[in-house]
Amino acid sequence: MTLTVDIRRQLASFMLEANFSAPPGITILFGRSGSGKTTLLNCIAGLIAPDAGRIALGASVLFDADAKINLSAAQRSVGFLFQDLALFPHLTARQNVEYGLAKLPARERHRRSAAILDELRVGNLAQRKATEISGGEMQRVALARSLVTDPAMLLLDEPLAALDAITKSAIIEDLRAWNAAHGIPIIYVTHSLEEAFAVGDGVVVVEAGKIIARGSPLEVLDAPRQETIAQLAGFENLFAATIAAVHEDLGTMVCALSGSALELEVPLTQTPPGAPLRVAIRAGDIMIATARPHEISARNIFRGTIAAMRTEGHRAIVIVEAGVKFEVRVTLGSRDDLHLQPGARVWLVIKTYSCHLVAG
Amino acid sequence: MNWDALFLSLKLAALVCTVLLLIGLPIAYWITFSSWRWKFIVEAIVALPLVLPPTVLGFYVLVATGQQSPLGRLYRSWSGHLLPFTFEGLALASVIYSLPFAVQPMVAAFSLVDRNLLNASAILGASRMRTFFRIVLPLSITGVVAGMVLSFAHTLGEFGVVLMVGGNIPGVTETISIAIYDDVQALNYSSANHSALVLLIFSFVVLSITYSLNRRMWGPWSLRRDGARSSAPAK
Repeated sequence: MTLTVDIRRQLASFMLEANFSAPPGITILFGRSGSGKTTLLNCIAGLIAPDAGRIALGASVLFDADAKINLSAAQRSVGFLFQDLALFPHLTARQNVEYGLAKLPARERHRRSAAILDELRVGNLAQRKATEISGGEMQRVALARSLVTDPAMLLLDEPLAALDAITKSAIIEDLRAWNAAHGIPIIYVTHSLEEAFAVGDGVVVVEAGKIIARGSPLEVLDAPRQETIAQLAGFENLFAATIAAVHEDLGTMVCALSGSALELEVPLTQTPPGAPLRVAIRAGDIMIATARPHEISARNIFRGTIAAMRTEGHRAIVIVEAGVKFEVRVTLGSRDDLHLQPGARVWLVIKTYSCHLVAG
Repeated sequence: MNWDALFLSLKLAALVCTVLLLIGLPIAYWITFSSWRWKFIVEAIVALPLVLPPTVLGFYVLVATGQQSPLGRLYRSWSGHLLPFTFEGLALASVIYSLPFAVQPMVAAFSLVDRNLLNASAILGASRMRTFFRIVLPLSITGVVAGMVLSFAHTLGEFGVVLMVGGNIPGVTETISIAIYDDVQALNYSSANHSALVLLIFSFVVLSITYSLNRRMWGPWSLRRDGARSSAPAK
């Protein structure tokens, strides 16, 4: 079943106008905070009514302004994972999970809650109060609670934002395994670039209430520069690259930037060698030196020439040509002390962990 | 020591408490969750007894339930007598008088319940009634208990309203606070002293038990709720 959304709603500072469809599988709703993602999710869930438009899941209409149809949240058969999880603090994990199964006989409730808690690897926590459960496990219990009702779609509002990458990807793998058998549309809201690419089968980019790009992760990333995901996430530097070497023992890889001889040391990821990927670097994460730095922990140090400079507010934007063009942001004080000017030869310094990999 | 008056006061306070629990919960729920634009008028009416002199409140209850008023005549045709100077009349006046003491702690507690929990409950298919009894009420039980204790204590100690509406009929409307006043007027200090002491000890014991229960049952729980909040993901 495919979720189709075409709605409008007036918000305080802008008009939310969303038109997209989400097939079975994970669709990322990407945008910065305040872009209207959560409002959009609440409209789909039935917590807020749009001003106009239509929301349908397969053949069943959830909302239609013209036909005056507006199913309540309870009628929409939707799973919703809130950003703060919203586990009921006075109930145990099992009671939380069984909350949505009130219409079933007690034995069936127990059977289903035990099964889903086991499937999500938190069966041992069934008797614990929701507040006595630790970080990543709370997310699993909350996920179990939204999956146990066999929802027709699942909405996730940055529920994993607080978790580390490993815990996060383990939970997402379990969610994928669950959805392999269920095949429902899953809308996953995030403002993290890496999450968007690690998780999504498709990406919908929201900015100020409008959908500005949609498609597969790579398609969206290659959209016109002003509208890319990387730009929204504050990554001014984005380079196509391929993996040249993997050092599993060091936890790093070497990436060759396409169209240049430049190689960057980057953190180790699961990307298979040869797969297309992008390296994203924030302009503020790159350092400029006028002499080659020695005895420094940063691993990527290479020469370049200043191609252009401008100021934005109290910051200097320096474009450095080093085989590819890097955008670097420094303070006005740094610019003046180092006598930076177009044509000057400089060294660029980038830490391994300032290089963010996004795979297609 | 006027035991009849003491028992009458306790009976009145228990009855008022029960009635306030039954009508206070829906009123508090409505005040907390309604988005009606004129809601503040209802809030003001509920809070009026906090600022009105008891004599003013008593006066209006007298007028509203007397034989000149349609309400009073309706009650008489149904029960055979008028409300003023009866135990029921006293109970009615006390319910109105103590209403804000029950409703305000409930409203405060209800509004502290995270709205996302209510959304989560709705998405999991729960009706508003089920959400109230399974989520809102358990999470605001301290506020509800506080409202009950406050209205019980307030009813036990009221004077002006009782005098206006109940008169001072021994065994029917003579409450302990009025008995003490009468004793003092009659220079019967020893009896007044006994009654006052019993009332003082009783109030102290009730409050102590409530606070200790609060600490044992709900104290650690509310601590844990805070803990949950701080470990929740940051926005």
